[in-house]
Parts: sequence; C-alpha cells; structure tokens
Amino acid sequence: MENRPVAQAMRRKLEAALAPLVLEIDDDSAKHAGHVGARAGGESHFNMRIVSAAFAGKSRVDRQRLVHGILAEELAGPVHALALSLRAPAES
Amino acid sequence: MDSVKDRIETDIKSNDVVLYMKGTPVFPQCGFSSAVVQVLTHMGVKFKGINVLEDPEIRNGIKEYANWPTIPQLYVKGEFVGGCDIVREMYQSGELAEMLQTKGVDVKLA
Repeated sequence: MENRPVAQAMRRKLEAALAPLVLEIDDDSAKHAGHVGARAGGESHFNMRIVSAAFAGKSRVDRQRLVHGILAEELAGPVHALALSLRAPAES
Repeated sequence: MDSVKDRIETDIKSNDVVLYMKGTPVFPQCGFSSAVVQVLTHMGVKFKGINVLEDPEIRNGIKEYANWPTIPQLYVKGEFVGGCDIVREMYQSGELAEMLQTKGVDVKLA
C-alpha cells in the first residue's frame, strides 16, 4: 500500500464515512493496461468489496451513489473504473 | 445542456431498454459494457445500444442525467437501473428478469 496513494486515500475516506466491517480494495489496473483510461502508474481500475451498516435499507443504486459521493474526487481524477460489491452486515 | 437532456429523454422513452455503453453491442470496447451486453443478449432482451465514445456530449450528459459517474448505464422504460455491478447482481439473483417482465419487456431465458 505504501506506493498506492490513490488506494490509500480512498481507504481513509471510506473508513471514516462508512465504518466498514469489511473493506477490500483491489487494484485491477494491470488487467486494463494499454486500454483507454489506464494510467502509467496504475491505480485507475479498482474493485472493492465493502460491508457496512450504512448500506442497510438502501437500494443498490443508493449504495453505489453513497460510495461515488465519498470518492467523488478520485472518480473525477485518476480513477477510471470502480467495480463495487456493497453489502449490509446481515446480507454478507 | 437542455438539448442533450432532451436527446437522452427521447431515447430512453422511445425504447423499452437502452444501454449507454462504450462501443456497440456487436463490438463493445470496454469489459464492463461487454458484460452488460452479454447479460441482455443471454436473456434475449432487445435493446438499443448508444455508443458514448461517438458522442462526447452524451458521454458527459448521461453521467449528469443519472447522477452516476460511470458507463455503462442501463435504462428500462425510461428509468435508470444501474451500471455493470448492479446489472450483474440483479441477473444472478433473478431480479433482473423479474423486473423486466413486470415492466412488460420480453425475456427469453435460454
């Protein structure tokens, strides 16, 4: 994680906003190398699995919008793609 | 921006199922768009694919329209359903077929 400033920043923001029970952030950028949106330093394509009580009672669209909002800065910048699996504790 | 919004509304209201995607249904140019095309094709759902790579105005406009930062975006009967993760989850749980049928869209599961 030391050389992963984008992933680190996202982790800090998600931990602060969602108090997640599970927070897995995988950098999938290597799989997209050479493709539009891929960056030389990686950290453009991420896959996340989050379990948080903040998702309870929310629709799939609302859960993703919540995460998009927390990561708005990254999505407007280096992050080109974000695959999300979002669950409330009772569902995991 | 109004004309872009009008174009989006015309498309999603005059077609039962619309997919804003990168590339075309026959030649998707992004893995996430391709995954949604495969789900819809597998379900035998007729849809209109709109290639945002050919139209920067729509590419940005659709993100604002749905308040959703990424492509692909699926619309059914004028309503935003979600992107790739949501379509995949709803397909796997059977909710996608149920929702399409409830809305009167033909589904032919193979």
